[in-house]
Amino acid sequence: MNTPNGKSTGVSLVVRGLRKSFDGQEVIKGIDFTVKPGEIFVIMGPSGSGKSVLLKHLIGLEPADAGEILINDEPITSPEIAAKYRMALVFQSGALLSSLTVGENVGLYLAEHRLKPPEEIARIVAEKLADVGLKDVLHKMPSELSGGMKKRAAIARALVIEPQLILYDEPTSELDPLSSIVIGEEILELNRRTGVTSLVVTHDRDLAFGVASRIALISEGRIVTIGTPDEVKQFKNPLVQQFLHADFKRES
Amino acid sequence: MFDNIGQITLLFWRTVLALPQTWRQRQKVFDQFFEIGNASLLMVCVLSFFIGATIALVTGPVMVERSLGSAVGGVVGYAIANELAPVMMAILIAGRIGSAMAAEIGSMRVYQEIDALRTMNINPITYLVLPRVLAISVALPMLVVFSILVGWFGGAVVANFNHLMEIPFQVFFADLKDIVQLEDVVHGLIKSFFFSVIIGIVSCHQGLTTIGGPRGIGRSVTKAVVNSIVLVVFTDYILTLVLTHFSHR
Repeated sequence: MNTPNGKSTGVSLVVRGLRKSFDGQEVIKGIDFTVKPGEIFVIMGPSGSGKSVLLKHLIGLEPADAGEILINDEPITSPEIAAKYRMALVFQSGALLSSLTVGENVGLYLAEHRLKPPEEIARIVAEKLADVGLKDVLHKMPSELSGGMKKRAAIARALVIEPQLILYDEPTSELDPLSSIVIGEEILELNRRTGVTSLVVTHDRDLAFGVASRIALISEGRIVTIGTPDEVKQFKNPLVQQFLHADFKRES
Repeated sequence: MFDNIGQITLLFWRTVLALPQTWRQRQKVFDQFFEIGNASLLMVCVLSFFIGATIALVTGPVMVERSLGSAVGGVVGYAIANELAPVMMAILIAGRIGSAMAAEIGSMRVYQEIDALRTMNINPITYLVLPRVLAISVALPMLVVFSILVGWFGGAVVANFNHLMEIPFQVFFADLKDIVQLEDVVHGLIKSFFFSVIIGIVSCHQGLTTIGGPRGIGRSVTKAVVNSIVLVVFTDYILTLVLTHFSHR
């Protein structure tokens, strides 16, 4: 994926043999996959399948029991190496700091690391909020925003980092279908405009098939299949078919 | 609590290592400082007045009965400066401020705000713990000075107006001046500084290790207050031993 100026900003991501247990219970049971620079890679699976734990490993919030994670072919063995690459995680809840205004939340990274003067930060914050379609929320507190607006503000906060890899944790959970579409379009638009590598963890089938370059289906801590949306739809594995076609049974 | 002593010590050490970041975090330190002052000043006032009043009420009549009425000011002043003001203020602050710290940081932990900080390469110790510990370690000794003065005044009022004592203000404060030395007030302040660090670190530690949603936040708040008070009382005994040993009395 290339940006309009023809230069890809995204990084490649390789996960090899990743394993993780909590209290003796193995949650991730040896996961392998590769994400190409600029790709939108979706990890889909039912609740409790280990998706969010996997994301925490990728961003360095959890140490793995075994396996390795490589970004641009460099093993991420310490937070210092991870910090070389600009990675952002959009949390399921948005995770905006409730004691700060939306504007302060979005500009927090720049302000705390003293990367720009205050007036420049204010300009960037306004620009990033506009990028995600949020206006007049600069001085509002996160508690005053709707669920969809919180997620868009969280995306704006992630964009301020100018990420090379952006991870989305259940970006459409708790959202109505229209807001989910807006978030999905936002993910596509950001990817098109910036060339950022995107990894989306979701159990929302519509979102997954709407935005993915490739999809990995995860179940009980293992990857069941990886492929393009069309390839995944054709995959005959009963677990995949069951997940893809799960629906209410109503008598007519 | 004792399982966590190692973690609490580690958090203390990491906070010490973060001290060079104080200037960058100064606005948060001021914010926390004023919040502690605003939240506590009235309660400190009321509590201290009645501590002084009660000590005078308990000791005064007995001492007057034995013709020691002129020493009531000294007894009340010494007890408040050395022991009661620092310990009672520490208990008050543990309940009022320590609980709030544990609840706020615990809620940030449960709702992934601390994870969000870490993903932005912002150290939660520098961002959350350092300002709170610094603010409380400045605020508590200041509140203790205030508490000592109000406590003395409370003792003097009761000693003066209680019909069993009727000790004039001049006599009360003259005796207090004779008995209480600057060293006693300094001992109280030294104790309060140690107590403030204990309350700050223990409360922040409880917040940072909160798990289990809203119930977990409740548990953390309770643990923060109880553990702080236990450690304050234990440390008070040790500090009293050490300070008495080095006293010039």
